[in-house]
Amino acid sequence: MSVAADILGLLKGEAQADRVVPRSGQAAKLTLAVSGAMAFLAVFALALSLAAGRLADRWSDALAQSSTIRLSAPAAEMEAQTWTVLTVLEQTPGVDSARALGDEEQRALLEPWFGPDLPIGDLPVPRLIEIIETPEGYDADGLRQRLAAEAPGAVLDDHTRWRRPLVDAADRLRLLGWLSLVLILGSTAAMITLAAQAALASNEQVIRVLRLVGARDSYIARAFVRRFTRRALTGAAVGALLGTVAVALLPSAAEEGAFLTGLGFRGAGWLWPLAIPVLAAVTAFWSTRIAAFRTLKGLR
Amino acid sequence: MIDMQDAAYGYGAEPILSGLNLRLAPGSFHFLTGPSGAGKTTLLKLCYAELVPTAGRISIFGEDAATLQRDAIALTRQRIGVVHQDCEFLDHLSVRENIALPLTVAGRDAAAQEANLNELIAWVGLAARADARPPELSGGERQRAALARAIIMDPDLILADEPTGNVDWDMSLRLLQLLTELNRMGKTVLIATHDLALIRAAKAQVQARVLRLSGGRLSAAAADL
Ligand SMILES: Nc1ncnc2c1ncn2[C@@H]1O[C@H](COP(=O)(O)OP(=O)(O)OP(=O)(O)O)[C@@H](O)[C@H]1O
Ligand SMILES: [Mg+2]
Repeated sequence: MSVAADILGLLKGEAQADRVVPRSGQAAKLTLAVSGAMAFLAVFALALSLAAGRLADRWSDALAQSSTIRLSAPAAEMEAQTWTVLTVLEQTPGVDSARALGDEEQRALLEPWFGPDLPIGDLPVPRLIEIIETPEGYDADGLRQRLAAEAPGAVLDDHTRWRRPLVDAADRLRLLGWLSLVLILGSTAAMITLAAQAALASNEQVIRVLRLVGARDSYIARAFVRRFTRRALTGAAVGALLGTVAVALLPSAAEEGAFLTGLGFRGAGWLWPLAIPVLAAVTAFWSTRIAAFRTLKGLR
Repeated sequence: MIDMQDAAYGYGAEPILSGLNLRLAPGSFHFLTGPSGAGKTTLLKLCYAELVPTAGRISIFGEDAATLQRDAIALTRQRIGVVHQDCEFLDHLSVRENIALPLTVAGRDAAAQEANLNELIAWVGLAARADARPPELSGGERQRAALARAIIMDPDLILADEPTGNVDWDMSLRLLQLLTELNRMGKTVLIATHDLALIRAAKAQVQARVLRLSGGRLSAAAADL
């Protein structure tokens, strides 16, 4: 229907029909400038979201790895304490599963240090208990307290857990990045709607004459929609290009600055900014179209 | 073409036109006279659905004006040539492009009608001014351009509001001749005018009915004008 015709007309360009509406200087420049600036910002918001997302994924992968409990006890009590620890773990919310490593596994772990012939049964080697967490994780402090009370020889080793707040922060950052993108998109839509409304209002006589000579609403709307969509596309393409170049030129920090260096795009991620002009054009298309039909409704 | 049954219209609460019963039969030629402010322009606007009657019924090409959808109104207007009293144009386009505008918006290929267009522009005496912008035209030139624009689509019905208001007598006669010729080709014509001399001149050429609008009512004008 007429939306399809609009899009087709956009691609084809209708030189004749385009001339029917006079060039509107101010609104045109505003659309171009706003789309450009917003696209530039959008590239950074996008880069931030993607980088924060990568960071969160990397760190939470590390978290998903098991933590361990080291249990040291006199040989006679070993069995009983292992049992106690496993029982405690079973009752701890956030623990998906737990198991004591067998002698063979322990020997495999120690082999790099002591060689293959370690008589593990005769040595006071601590027993290792592997914990697999649920995604929510468990309360490490609570667990430590219970272990201290019930199995004093058990030490919870959760060296990866300090990363949890960082993962939360990275997740939050990713969310904020996407939220910024939504806000940028919304503001662009609002500005283009305003610019289109201004253009429509200043062309009231033109629209009246067009209606008088038998132009349909869709024809008149199309003339405006084409214009604003092209401008938004052009402005956003330039803005997105500049933003991408700026991201590419970010100075590369050393490994310690991993987060900052991570701000760039990765591999196919460099294609993401291409979506920005398209999104701007789609936004302009609908904002202008809605504004045009609303204005036209007031004129017979 | 147009059929009014007890139609009335008022811009505010008070109707300025009421009890309108008018039938424009295909091929008929009508004049509409009446004092300034009587509502001639308003009546024409009712005919091309810019206004909807506040009471009664108007049918345009057999369709009830009150229920016409917006696209249907547009299509209806492609069949009606309107010469507006204040002759509005698109000031950023040339006179030629303005005259071709109805073709453009209807999606017809204006280039294919080039010969037609040139002939029409010459006919209304604007060949030398075809590339000018409308604001550069004199009042009479504007009216001729408006008439040319009104008939470029070869409409079934021509509604002209004071088409000779600003032109000299010779040009008035030429425009009238153009309109009567169109009428002879089968077009329906309605002209609102104060110019009684023009009406008299027309009566020598065509069978014209003269209607008079006053006090918000429509009546047949006295035979001896
Ligand atoms: N948009 C409007 N809003 C309110 N009143 C209007 C409007 N247009 C016209 N009128 C009033 O309606 C009455 C009829 O106006 P109309 O233009 O139809 O008269 P007319 O017969 O064409 O006059 P003229 O010969 O001067 O062109 C006038 O009193 C006019 O002031
Ligand atoms: Mg009038």
